[in-house]
Formats: sequence, structure tokens, C-alpha cells
Amino acid sequence: MNVQTFTPQAFHRQAHDALGNPQIRSNFRRAMDGLMAKRRDAFGDWDIETLRDLGANIRLRALAKLPDLLEQLEANCQANGIRVHWAEDGEQACRIIRELCEARGARHVIKGKSMVSEEMHLNDHLEAAGIEALESDLGEYLVQLNEQTPSHIIMPAIHLNTEEISDVMHDRTGTERTIDVDYLTAAARAQLRERFMAADVGISGVNFAVAETGTLCLVENEGNGRMTTTVPPVHIAVTGIEKVVEHLRDVPPLYALLTRSATGQHVTTYFNMISGPRKPGERDGPEEVHLVLVDNGRSSIYQDNELLDTLRCIRCGACMNHCPVYTRVGGHTYGTTYPGPIGSILMPHLMGLEATKDLPSASSLCGACGEVCPVKIPIPDLLVRLRKEAVGEGRGNVEGAGVKRDRKEVLAWKGWQWLATHPGAWRAGAGVAGKFRFLSPSRLGPWTDYRTAPKPAATSLHAMVKQHRRKLEREDEK
Amino acid sequence: MTPIKLYPPKPDKVYFFGTCLIDMFYPQAGLDGIRLLEREGIEVLFPDDQTCCGQPAYTSGYHDEARAVAEAQLDLFPEPWPIIVPSGSCGGMMRTHYPQLFAGSSRSSQAEEVAGRIFELTEFLVHVCHVRLEDKGQPQRVAMHTSCSARREMGLAETGPGLLSQLTNVTLVEQVRASECCGFGGTFAVRHPEVSAAMVEDKTQAIESAGAEHFVTSDCGCLMNIGGRFERKRQDGQEGQVGGEHIASYLWRRTS
Repeated sequence: MNVQTFTPQAFHRQAHDALGNPQIRSNFRRAMDGLMAKRRDAFGDWDIETLRDLGANIRLRALAKLPDLLEQLEANCQANGIRVHWAEDGEQACRIIRELCEARGARHVIKGKSMVSEEMHLNDHLEAAGIEALESDLGEYLVQLNEQTPSHIIMPAIHLNTEEISDVMHDRTGTERTIDVDYLTAAARAQLRERFMAADVGISGVNFAVAETGTLCLVENEGNGRMTTTVPPVHIAVTGIEKVVEHLRDVPPLYALLTRSATGQHVTTYFNMISGPRKPGERDGPEEVHLVLVDNGRSSIYQDNELLDTLRCIRCGACMNHCPVYTRVGGHTYGTTYPGPIGSILMPHLMGLEATKDLPSASSLCGACGEVCPVKIPIPDLLVRLRKEAVGEGRGNVEGAGVKRDRKEVLAWKGWQWLATHPGAWRAGAGVAGKFRFLSPSRLGPWTDYRTAPKPAATSLHAMVKQHRRKLEREDEK
Repeated sequence: MTPIKLYPPKPDKVYFFGTCLIDMFYPQAGLDGIRLLEREGIEVLFPDDQTCCGQPAYTSGYHDEARAVAEAQLDLFPEPWPIIVPSGSCGGMMRTHYPQLFAGSSRSSQAEEVAGRIFELTEFLVHVCHVRLEDKGQPQRVAMHTSCSARREMGLAETGPGLLSQLTNVTLVEQVRASECCGFGGTFAVRHPEVSAAMVEDKTQAIESAGAEHFVTSDCGCLMNIGGRFERKRQDGQEGQVGGEHIASYLWRRTS
């Protein structure tokens, strides 16, 4: 299998490659079609709009009280015996986690799925310190075996089909080449089971951190989350600061939205509520539980009253599943931890607009993402907002604002503005264009690589309406 | 909650905002839209100073330029008549984004007021005029592409197909992934031409494999994109390409 590095700077080249790769095209198309259908069916038992309103309100309320809720979460977690750590950025979070591992002399770490850990490249950091970190979510495991990064936030290996998975497992673990999914799953399960038992530390993400009770909720299907958080003597949960919710009663609606939006499930196979380490007399559970709360750019998003809506996200991936661009180019093309629409509004904050300048424009603004978002993030509006930051004069709130400002393009829009605010010139221009339509170019850059060029009409609507009026008046006179 | 839209009774007069794309490239669609309204007994006022709603600059991030152009349109509709726009995308811009664009400015209440009078053409024909169409055309299998802005921004997935279903000789064919974007997206088609091309190729294939003999859309951006792709394939010698037009022209042609 080829190891390839993807970057957001190379979006265009990567999109070109993906579009020309029939395997990628069909893997994503088929998977996304399936996910869209499942979501549609799963919401059959709910008034989806009412539930989305509720979800949005819960997240908005949590964000409005974010600083207070984080303090409350910390206090209640501590009271439960969960030690809380704060990290300003990914590097600090990595250091905290490495030091916790080192304090226990840990050599082997087993990981549940965590996108935040991907965001801060935790595995590389631990590896450099001589600590092996093994992914236990099946998709993450396959991606790790294949030396890749996730191509989807919920289904990390969705870019691989069964044959490719069989090849990866054969090459890396010596399993038979087969498309028997049960065999492959059982093989991976057996491989992972040994590693759970040998792990010194388990690292997981968090789906909802409940402030009022100090409870960490973890949503999963494979049981690897349950194993990661209960088998090793130490459990470290790592999450972004925005994952906090106020009340325990906020969890059921968000959970209902998350599973239905993500995989079309009414419930997941496992739903873990972690409320502290093993207590005296209890038969299982870790001796230590830590919570690492990571900022990594989130509090700067929080300062902007439009962009802060980005932080409502509950990481369901529905925006990707429904995005016609993501469906065609796949997740790796974006070259970022979070791909697709949510990635295009989140990554500019995490990496700056300089590196991610092609992402906000990589959308036709069709609105499918905003339509399915379970917490009603106005993704298309935020894409436009980031486009504005990118072409503005550099006074925006996002690092790298103004990076796409181009003198020629500014002049073109100024020219357009002048014409569109001088109706006489506009009408005259339309007349000239119509008169000389035979001169209109048949090639118009990339547009005509795939389509014919539009030709200006011989008569503009303005002129046609005048003729129409005269005709009506003549008819009236008769 | 999405508020329920209450439609007004049929007015005596309406304003017509033709859109720049129709003005320059598809004027017949504009004229046919005007005729459809006039046939309902409505006097159609066409402000001569109209140019463009400002959307191309808006979605590209040039909001000062967009605001200047939008501001020039705001004064064109002084009387309380509804403003009819034969495009979901320009209609969505004026209804949804004008209030955002002018929020906090001296034009704010005017922008809100104008936005409240914006109706997309098929929306107005169905919900305000309650048109009854008499089909005089030959039997034809037709695919409808509803633009994303009409469908999602304006919530008008049903009005276009509803009008077509009144045409007794027209069979509305069902496409796979009918709600998926055709890949136009304004400057998206220029900034990400290859992705856009993959999208429009899939859309033309969906229309063709649905067995359509003709396609209609209520947005000229989509028409330029899908129609341009079909025409290009025809020029390249591929058989069985489908012709298309704006729904206003199709309705007028078949019922006049």
C-alpha cells in the first residue's frame, strides 16, 4: 500500500488525483449513499426539526455558559476522582499525556477513537518518546496499519473497500486474503484483544462531558471504548473544551441526534458513562482516570459571535456524508484532521487561513450540510464568512485573514460594482454585448473544458420588456 | 423553528426582478415569466434601473461590493407590491441575505421590508396565484432540477414539480439523487472546476438515465451549467443529450 501525505495546501492536486481514481470515487459514493439513506430512515420515528432545534438550543446554551460550565465540570470531575488537566494547545496536551504515561512507566498505550488526539498528532508524539500507541477502533486500526490518517471522522477507513482491507491485514498481520468480513473482523478482534490486556494506559475521546455531574459520555459500537476505558490501570480521556454540556438531561437528545445523524442508528451498541476510577470494593475499572481538556484554537473561535457556532459541532459527520464535494474527492483530499464542510469551517482556526485558503471555497454552497446538521450550524454562512476573511484587508479574526486578497480580483469586483450601480451603463453594456455576441469567446477558461460557453442574448431582458410594453400599448389602443 | 409562511392574496400589481443572468443570457425566460404573471391578471412592473442582486460578490466574500450593488436595488421597489424573482438563488439572496448584509445599518429596516416581499416565481404562481395550467403540448418526459437555493434556502422543493404535474401531457421522470447539487455554485465552478465538472457530469447522467427527453430548472445558473454540459457532450459526438430551458419558458410554451 502506498503511503501518501496529504496537505490542505495541495487541495487542488489531491482533488484532481481523487477524481481520477475510480476506486476512491466508487468507495465514497457507495458509502455516502448508504449513510444518507440510513439517516433518512433513522429519523422516521422523530420530528426531526423539533429535535434539531432542541439539539441546537442545548449546544447554544452550553456555549453561552462555557467558562462557567468548564469550571463546574472540573470541580465535579475532581469530586468524582477524575483528575483534570488543561492544555492550551495540542503540544501541551501531548506533553501532559506523555508525562502521565511516563509516570506509570507505560510502554504500551491502547487508544479508543479520538479525533482530538488526531488533531494534535498524539500517536507520533508518544512514539517519539518510545511509547507505542495502538488504535483499537477497527477503522482507526486499519488506517494505522496502512500508515494513513482517517478519511472520515466517524468511519476512518471508509476510503477502503473490503478487498483493500483484506490486503492491508494480510500484508501487516498475516491474515488470509479474503472478502469474508466476519473472518476479517474476528481476526482483528483477536489481535486487539491481546493488546487490550497488555496495555498500560487507555486513551479515549469524549462525546459529551456533563458539567453538573462530572460524567464523561463515550459513544461507540465495537466495545473497544469500554475496553480502553476499563481494562488498563490508567484511563486518560482527551477532548476539546467545547464538548461540555450543562445537564445530564441534555445528553439523551444529543445522543439521539448523534447516532441517527452519524450512522443512522437509533442507539449505538455501547454507551459509556464514566464517572471516576475504580472505587474500593469494585471489581473492575481503572485505578486512575484523567481528563485532558484541550483548547487548541477553540477559545479564539469563541471570541467571534458568528464563528463560534462552529463549536456547536457534536462530530457526527453528517455534513460529510451529504456533501457533494466530499463524496467525490474523499476525506484525504482536504489534507486536514477534520475533512468536509465542518473541516472547512474549523480547520482555518486550527491551522490558519494561509494553509487552508482553498477549503472555504471548496463548496458550491448547496446547503446540504446545513440542512442535515443535527445542531443547526449554519455551515454555508460560515463558509461565506471565511471567504470574506480570506479576501478581506486582513483585519479579520482568523489568523491569515487577507491571504487570498488579490489586486486584480479586487479590481474586477470594483468594476462589476461600478457597472451594477450605474444602470445606464449596465443597459448599454448589455446592448453592446448582444450586438457583438458573435465575438463572445467560445473558450472561457476551465468552464469550457467541460461545457459550452454561454452566449450573450441578442436582446437583453431590459430591451425585451420595452418591446413587450410597446406591443401591449398598441394592443390597448386597438 | 422554521416559521410557517403565510401567503398574501393575489395582488393587482407586482414588481419583477429579472436577475442579471436572465437579463444577459436568457431574456426569454424573463419575458415568459412576466407573461405568465400577466395572464393571471396581474400588472407587472419592471424597474428599468435593476441590475444584479449582488450575490456573486457576496458568496465570493466581497461584501462591501455586494452591499453597494444590493443597495442600488433596494430603492427600486417603493410601492408595497410583491417582488417576483425567477430564480431561487437570487431570490434567496434577497430574502435571506439582504437583512444580514444591511444589519445594523441605516438601510436595515428597508432591507427587511424588501426581503419580506420577495417571492420566487414558481412559489408565487403556486401559492399566491393558485394558477391552473392547461397543457397544449405534445406528450413529453421531463426532468426537473430544482436549484439548491430554491430547495434549501427558500424551502421550495415542491413548487416547480407541482406546476409541471399540472401539465397533463408531461410525465415528470424521477432522477437518482434529485436533490444533489449540479455543481454550479457561482464562482465555485471557476475556483474548483474539476470538482464542479464531476458534479455536473453526474447530474447530466442522472437526467439522461431517468429517460428524460427534456429538462427544466427554475434557475439559470443551473441551466447554464447542466445545459452547457449536455451541449458540450453533443458537440463531442455523444448521442442522446437532453435539451433544457427555464421552467417559465416551458410553462408558457406549453400553455399559450
